[in-house]
Amino acid sequence: MKVEQYSVRHLDVDGWPLDVTSWRLGEMWHAKADNVSPGATLARTTALSKEEAEQKVIARACEMLSRTHRRAS
Amino acid sequence: MADYAHPEVLVTTQWVADHAGDPNVRVVEIDVDTKAYDEGHVPGAIAWAWNSQLCDTLRRDILSKEQFEKLNNESGVNNNTTLVLYGDNNNWFAAWAFWQAEIYGHKDVRLMDGGRKKWLLEGRELSTDKPAVKPGSGYRASDADLSVRAFLPQVQEAERSRGAVMIDVRSPQEFSGEILAPPGLPETCQRGGHIPGARNVPWATAANQDGTFKSLDELRQLYGREGADGSKPVIAYCRIGERSSHTWFVLKYLLGYNNVRNYDGSWTEWGNLVGAPVERGAAAAAGQR
Repeated sequence: MKVEQYSVRHLDVDGWPLDVTSWRLGEMWHAKADNVSPGATLARTTALSKEEAEQKVIARACEMLSRTHRRAS
Repeated sequence: MADYAHPEVLVTTQWVADHAGDPNVRVVEIDVDTKAYDEGHVPGAIAWAWNSQLCDTLRRDILSKEQFEKLNNESGVNNNTTLVLYGDNNNWFAAWAFWQAEIYGHKDVRLMDGGRKKWLLEGRELSTDKPAVKPGSGYRASDADLSVRAFLPQVQEAERSRGAVMIDVRSPQEFSGEILAPPGLPETCQRGGHIPGARNVPWATAANQDGTFKSLDELRQLYGREGADGSKPVIAYCRIGERSSHTWFVLKYLLGYNNVRNYDGSWTEWGNLVGAPVERGAAAAAGQR
């Protein structure tokens, strides 16, 4: 198997930089959302279409980011 | 790549594609996301899990010498094996494994420049087969070389004396104290902020978009403007010591600085200490310290 249609797009979610990466592997689409520095994976998923995979992963990442407690520094 | 102080510790994705099947080469994937390997990996690669195979799972520590020997024996690695490590997040945990291999004296260990990201980006072959490994029994690790590891007393002394350049490689929000842990991860410290005097150089700034390391000149400039120019000892830290092992690798092997330590106790140790000095706020501009 080879990875096809690998792409990355950058989003801003309430001030958090988010990289959403998706690619096709065989019949399945894979997507992941990264943050931290940036760099660490917040969420990953697979689906039958790119749109579905990205929607699921963005929703999960947004949920995790919304739970992050910001303090006055 | 050839300009780096020690280019021999890096291999390209093409080198791995050409050599992954060599009998004296063992390719190992180490991911933050431990499920990534199962989705597909470099053909012939095995996986090490950072949270169960690259640490002591009872007490908080790196592997013991005996545990490191056991891991290599189970992985079919002998003392002469060329160990090629790669992983997700620009080789974040691959660098953690590299650092431990250095501590225990494995003589030929390398990182695949760009890691898993570059392999995927290039549309290279992925396999879901787990290779058959013939375990060995003769691996002998050296006694731990702790010259690349910083412990709390050394960090406390460096903080008091300013005898070392302290590089905090976490995100700006963690450094300033705005957040106690990266989003999605548990808050494992009581206080936010950074060690007084530390400079903030987020670990991923050493990498290009494709996951490869930046050029020698770019790296020299990036760390040099924060005072890490090789003239003083450097201590790198993050939250648990894994992101800072990536920076340790850059400073020691790509820039060739002699005295670089990774403080793996990192903020989960310092930020929980009773009475430890803590500084808050954003990083000052380079040169304003």
